[in-house]
Amino acid sequence: MNILRTLFLLALAALVPVAAAACGGDDDDEPAPAATDTAPATAGASPTATPRPSGSITVYSGRGEALVKPLFEQFTKETGITVNVKYGDSAQLATLLAEEGAASPADVFFAQDAGALGAMTKAGRFAALPEATLAKVPAAYRAKDGTWVGVSGRARVIVYNTSLTEAELPASVKQLTDPKWKGQVGWAPTNGSFQAFVTALRKLEGEAAAEKWLREMLANDVKVYKDNRAIVSAVAAGEVKLGLVNHYYLWGFIKDQGEGFAARNHYTAPGDPGTLVNVAGVGLLKTSKNRPAAQAFIDYLLSDAAQEYFVKQTYEYPLVSGKSADPRLPALETLKPPAIDLSDLDDLQGTLALLRKVGALQ
Amino acid sequence: MAVALLPGRRSAQRAPLALWPPGLAVVLATLVPAWYLLRRSTERGWAPWEEVLREATWPLLVRSLELALVVAVACLLIALPAAWLTTRTDLPFRRGWSVLMAAPLAIPSYVMGMTVVEFLGPKGMLQGWLEPLGVERLPEVYGLWGAAFTLTATSYPYVYLVLRGALAASSSAEEEASRSLGVAPWPTFFRVVLPGLVPALAAGLLLVVLYVLSDFGGVSTLNYNTFTRDIFIEYQTSFDRTRAAVLACVLVSVAAVILIAEMTVRRRAGGRASRRSAPPRPVPLGRWRWPAVAFLGLVVVLSLILPLGVLGYWLARGLQVGAQFPDIGEAARHSLLLAVAAAGLTVLLALPLAILAARYGGPGPAVLEQVAYLTHALPGLVVALSLVFFGIRYAQPLYQTTWMLLFAYLVLFVPNALSALRANLLRLPPRLEEAGTSLGRPPLRVLVTVTIPLARPGMAAAAALVFLTVVKELPATLLLSPPGFETLPGLVWGRTSDALYAGAALPALVLVGLALIPLVVLAWRGDPATLES
Repeated sequence: MNILRTLFLLALAALVPVAAAACGGDDDDEPAPAATDTAPATAGASPTATPRPSGSITVYSGRGEALVKPLFEQFTKETGITVNVKYGDSAQLATLLAEEGAASPADVFFAQDAGALGAMTKAGRFAALPEATLAKVPAAYRAKDGTWVGVSGRARVIVYNTSLTEAELPASVKQLTDPKWKGQVGWAPTNGSFQAFVTALRKLEGEAAAEKWLREMLANDVKVYKDNRAIVSAVAAGEVKLGLVNHYYLWGFIKDQGEGFAARNHYTAPGDPGTLVNVAGVGLLKTSKNRPAAQAFIDYLLSDAAQEYFVKQTYEYPLVSGKSADPRLPALETLKPPAIDLSDLDDLQGTLALLRKVGALQ
Repeated sequence: MAVALLPGRRSAQRAPLALWPPGLAVVLATLVPAWYLLRRSTERGWAPWEEVLREATWPLLVRSLELALVVAVACLLIALPAAWLTTRTDLPFRRGWSVLMAAPLAIPSYVMGMTVVEFLGPKGMLQGWLEPLGVERLPEVYGLWGAAFTLTATSYPYVYLVLRGALAASSSAEEEASRSLGVAPWPTFFRVVLPGLVPALAAGLLLVVLYVLSDFGGVSTLNYNTFTRDIFIEYQTSFDRTRAAVLACVLVSVAAVILIAEMTVRRRAGGRASRRSAPPRPVPLGRWRWPAVAFLGLVVVLSLILPLGVLGYWLARGLQVGAQFPDIGEAARHSLLLAVAAAGLTVLLALPLAILAARYGGPGPAVLEQVAYLTHALPGLVVALSLVFFGIRYAQPLYQTTWMLLFAYLVLFVPNALSALRANLLRLPPRLEEAGTSLGRPPLRVLVTVTIPLARPGMAAAAALVFLTVVKELPATLLLSPPGFETLPGLVWGRTSDALYAGAALPALVLVGLALIPLVVLAWRGDPATLES
């Protein structure tokens, strides 16, 4: 009988998740009564006559839980709309969406970078957003066809160890091939934001120039890191003196470890490819079962409260016109990023091929 | 062939038919990823195949195998002495060391990687301590050696546990006979003890090699570009699932070659029908006592104290500057439930296949069991995507429920359960089932009343192994858990990717603590043979 008891216990263990799921209270997927049937027929009706979006939505978020969860909770508090979030890496979530196809439970995709959003647009997975939503953000930071909109901006910078002075720092990324920086620069060739930067370099200066720069960087013994975070950490530790990263990682470290953190950001000269401004942005899936609520969610991300939240919590640039960034950062308008269409950054395959060709991924 | 494979171990009778359906079902489940990869990789014809095979993918494969080889050798050099010392000698605090040597299995490779960089980086914590001595910079930790160090530290316990099980269960009579004939201890070890350990060694190293091939967390942090990392890059940057699928197919083929090799080694070595007699007399270590302790101590420091120390340091520093900590209660509860359920389910479903392969004759079961390992070399991300593909088409109501996640754990970790069950089942005396039948019991009843009860230590070990592996698992957990379902690895991942180390340290420590529970419980229960895999 002993063995029967063992088997019974094992079977019982296997049944635990049923109970877990039952207590989880995820009885969602009940599409809210869509606005369509009761929507006012005339455009002139007052907004209060429109039924409020309700129900629940599923958001795939490439942005971390630590960062966006409080914001999503605030949205739920204000609207009554439940938000079920799946967190993950932006590119992996884009792959997941591709694999799920039309049966995807996702209503909204909130991605870390324009590349993942561009891939979704290319696959025809996003619905066009209303003009009122798009108009809040300058044209440079949203899709041309209106299928996604930037929520916050991230500038490429050179992070440097504080043993260096501002005067010693290069005015352009192109000066990093100088022998004086041999073995002293860190980059993350497998990282999405670095690849977006290389894509911009290709678009701005041409394939040959981009290839030459990459080869010279390699010849200058550039140090390879896993991601931006690892670079900032290595620069502060003095493993390398400079690193090619996004601007906000530094401020996260300072928040975590205090003002004594031995690294700071340097912005290259106006127009230099080194000051590319990329975005984290959001798109609404065509297959969404609750578009009104999904739309309300996207509008919430562009609201004053949410934009200020990003400024305070992530030190990113607010993209809604008229909002200002953290006072310690140079204003977005003064950065003068290179003139490039962010939608062009979706040509990552070409970048990947180039990085492979020059041996940057070995 | 099967008889040669394990002479004298199998019952001459036919297996109860009831074992076949669950056994086959498990093998089919583990083949879902392979089926998906074949479909994906050929959806645009064979052109992507030609492209990938023509390109420079071979150097990457060589790098992967190089890493696997280095890690396998290092695991062997640590695990063999450690297993022998903790089972056969008068080592001081033997019980304590037994647990400590297995404990690093609870540390996920991504956590190990991060802490290795923090501690051993060119300007890491160690360099800070050595700076007063004039050490400006430590040698580069990134690359092959750093990756090998990280993966050895997290995977040598696989080999250690298998060897320990084999040593604890085998008799020391031959060894003592050899010694009494005047053969010196070392030749005795190499000529008498070691050959008997070859099958266990092959099984342990198999798990290690497949683990190294599939690892992404460790190699990406230590910046060593492997085949698996290239698959990730493919998903990451070009969103090209076809090309990634072709690469993954190559990985599966490599795994197939390794599996055939392992099977051949095991067959050549044969099964040694050594029965456990009296408990072996501990070998006195004499003046080697303290060097032995120092060796084990060093392993524990590098593979356990280092990661835990760095996590503790991050936590303390975070507390000092008032960093935000996540609320981990719910995530811990979810991870615990998932791990318990997955352990129960996986062991229950792996048992019939393990019994078929280990207790009954015929080449079929043995080959089937080996097939279940085939996708173990695949990164968790690929397995997860294959289950997305499968789930959304054929199991829509279960998709993105905890059931789907449990199914993923089953596919991923059946081999871990099988290896533990196999070790136990092969050690039972041969013709056990025949004895049962000769007493007039039908085969099924013999199975339930004789075989399964004797397999319980193996089931406990298998459940422990699956439990701790599930607690650590990241990519499938992230991709397949229901939206809004928080888990400990998810929290650790989320915080580290946002550079919030202090916030990551807390869930990481709880995760390791949770994963340690089954190891400690098994060790506590005392019978060294149950602390095996």
